Amino acid sequence: MLGDALIVSAVLFAIGVVGVLTRRNAIILFMCVELMLNAVNLSFVTFAKLHGVGGHVFVILVMTIAAAEAAVGLAIVISVFRHFGAVDLQQLKLLRR
Amino acid sequence: MSALLAGALLPLLATVAAQPASIASAHGLDGSAAEWLWLLPALPLLGALLNGGLALWPHVRPARVDDHSDGAVGASLASREAATSTRLAGTRWLTSLIGPGVMLLAFGFAVALFFIMRGAGTLESPFVRDYATWMPVGALAITWGLQLDQLSVLMALVITGVGFLIHVFSVGYMASDGGYARYFAYLNLFVAAMLVLVLGSSYPVLFVGWEGVGLASYLLIGFWFSERANADAGRKAFIVNRIGDFGFLVAMFLLFSTTGALDFVGAHAALGAASPAVFTALALFLFLGCAGKSAQLPLYIWLPDAMAGPTPVSALIHAATMVTAGVYLVARAAPIFSAAPQVSLFICLIGATTALFAATIAMRQWDIKKVLAYSTVSQLGYMFVAVGAGAYSAGVFHLVTHAFFKALLFLGAGAVIHAMHAAYHHAHQHDQDAQDLRNMGGLRRHLPITSVTMWIATLAIAGVPPLAGFFSKDEILSAVFVRAQGSPLAGASLLGVPGSVVLYLIYALGIVTALLTAIYMTRLMLLAFTGENRTGERAAAGLHEAPWIMAVPMVVLALLSVVGGWLNLPELMPLGPTQRLADWLEPVTGGASRLLGGSAHVDHSTELALIGGAIAVAVLGIGIAFARYRTPLPDKDHAPVDTGFAALVTDAYRVDAGLDRTVVQPLGAFSARVLWQGIDVRLDRAFVAGARALARAAGQAHDALGAGDVGRYAWVIALGVVALLAAFTLR
Repeated sequence: MLGDALIVSAVLFAIGVVGVLTRRNAIILFMCVELMLNAVNLSFVTFAKLHGVGGHVFVILVMTIAAAEAAVGLAIVISVFRHFGAVDLQQLKLLRR
Repeated sequence: MSALLAGALLPLLATVAAQPASIASAHGLDGSAAEWLWLLPALPLLGALLNGGLALWPHVRPARVDDHSDGAVGASLASREAATSTRLAGTRWLTSLIGPGVMLLAFGFAVALFFIMRGAGTLESPFVRDYATWMPVGALAITWGLQLDQLSVLMALVITGVGFLIHVFSVGYMASDGGYARYFAYLNLFVAAMLVLVLGSSYPVLFVGWEGVGLASYLLIGFWFSERANADAGRKAFIVNRIGDFGFLVAMFLLFSTTGALDFVGAHAALGAASPAVFTALALFLFLGCAGKSAQLPLYIWLPDAMAGPTPVSALIHAATMVTAGVYLVARAAPIFSAAPQVSLFICLIGATTALFAATIAMRQWDIKKVLAYSTVSQLGYMFVAVGAGAYSAGVFHLVTHAFFKALLFLGAGAVIHAMHAAYHHAHQHDQDAQDLRNMGGLRRHLPITSVTMWIATLAIAGVPPLAGFFSKDEILSAVFVRAQGSPLAGASLLGVPGSVVLYLIYALGIVTALLTAIYMTRLMLLAFTGENRTGERAAAGLHEAPWIMAVPMVVLALLSVVGGWLNLPELMPLGPTQRLADWLEPVTGGASRLLGGSAHVDHSTELALIGGAIAVAVLGIGIAFARYRTPLPDKDHAPVDTGFAALVTDAYRVDAGLDRTVVQPLGAFSARVLWQGIDVRLDRAFVAGARALARAAGQAHDALGAGDVGRYAWVIALGVVALLAAFTLR
């Protein structure tokens, strides 16, 4: 039972990582990061079953931060889109020479 | 006065007495004013700092005058000095007060120390005080230690006494020079370093003074550095001295590896059981240092060029004090030299050869200062004859008397040059050579005081009794003669030649040199002061006697040149207490002197004959000069060109040109072709260009890493996480 939950968590996390590494679209990247966060949340609640209420506390915290991050991140993405007309990360190389 | 000073200082001594003493046993000078020995070098040093501050003062806040200061730094400093000379007049009186003032204080203190030492009875061991630790390295602890004994107090008296007189003279001589404060800063610095040299209680501290006087000498030779020749002369002095310093350093290393100590008392005591080879090597390397500093063959070449400095500098540094440092060092290290009789014999021979060699060159010099320069080299040769023969007190005696009459001769030359400059200035003949004897003549009428005082010094250096030089030179020559039979020195041999033969040869060289000395000095006086005036009528109207501030030091030195011989009268001539200087120096050099001299002596009639011969030689020399150099002479511009051997001597045997061809140019070519083109340029390519390529490659790698590609960053982070996890898991 616990093992199944952890396997699901690991799979979700791996999907998130692969997404972050392979996709270029900022929105998709963003979603993959959220996926990774939620994979971690899943393992937190799983372990809370064994170790007590601390895991739940962390999940609440992560969700709060994720919400704030989403708000800020989406705002940035929108402003990037307004500026470049695209959200392709390959094109965002202003720091290069 | 000394008692008063000592009494006033006594209550202040508690603080100094609390410092650790290096000698455990009680000393006769404990608790006396000698505890304040550090004041002696500190006073001139303070003067140097104050005058240096005054010299920099106008430059810290440059005048509004636009000096287009984009040229060479040196040239702009010199021109600024000239431009600000009038503005400096405000602080000039302060410099005139500080410069000679600190010297007077130091001289007063030295006199007080002398009388305290006399009052303390016979002091068998030196009074040593360590003021601070300098280099604590393992077993070696070099301290800033000063030492007071009979030899160092005598040197301090000469340095501060003659030094004070020359400072006073300089007030007049340098009065219209733009670098007035800078001059006195250097001069005070020199005296401070010289006092460290003679008061240092260990070889390293002596070496600090040794290098300090070298620095001051360099600064003062190149004092008028806006002319290239003067700056070159300063550099030459520095570089030639560096060869000697190399010997000094090697000697110190050897001394430390042999004894583990470098202070005079400790090292000399610890040397007792060393092998003769060590003594020989030590003495040879030390003498190399002495030969550099004291201008002996073959390292004398810098001294004639050193005349590029102001004339009072030549008097103080290149005649009276610094160049005698080598003689002082041999006397100070007498326990080392006396244990190496072969080296002593060698030193003696080098001294005699130098004396004769330089005297012959002096015979045909036309520049008044060049005559005196070669004369100084020659007289230094005499001193080395003395200390080489183990007659250390005779060497120091000649050092003292020579300081009197040679300083006087240089100051007199300064007064002459001063007058000649004024004369040519008066006549607007600025292209004339104010130092050339052929341009002088008949100056006696215009410079009576200078003439009389210089004649006294000339008679003194020529060895006419009862002036100072007679006694000191005679003592050296008779010491050599006496030791030629039956002394340990005569028992030694040099390259298979018995010491006895060598000593007789040295005596002969000394006698010939004495004859030449009398001739060339009288020649100088006759050419400069008698006969027809050759400056030209317009210029002659501008000739003038030295002002009182320059004349008074000359008169005082003239008196000293007369009575200096009374310091150490020979026992044959009891015109007063005899052998006073020898008795005074007995605790320092007496033992070493007997080690070389043994109990050799000659009977009184021989000794009287020697003295008579010496007087005859001096009188003969003066007579020859009078017979030969009283003929009218064309001035410099109309002088015939020397040919043959005469030209060779006039050019000082073309030693400089020869050295230039055999040493300087090959060295320059070697540096240019091998060191520069061969090594330096290649190293440049290998290292400098290599470093550039390396930096470039590193930059490119970093550039690729920080490409601004977020995807790549993510990969790096992910791989990093995997690597970390793997590391923790597989641990």
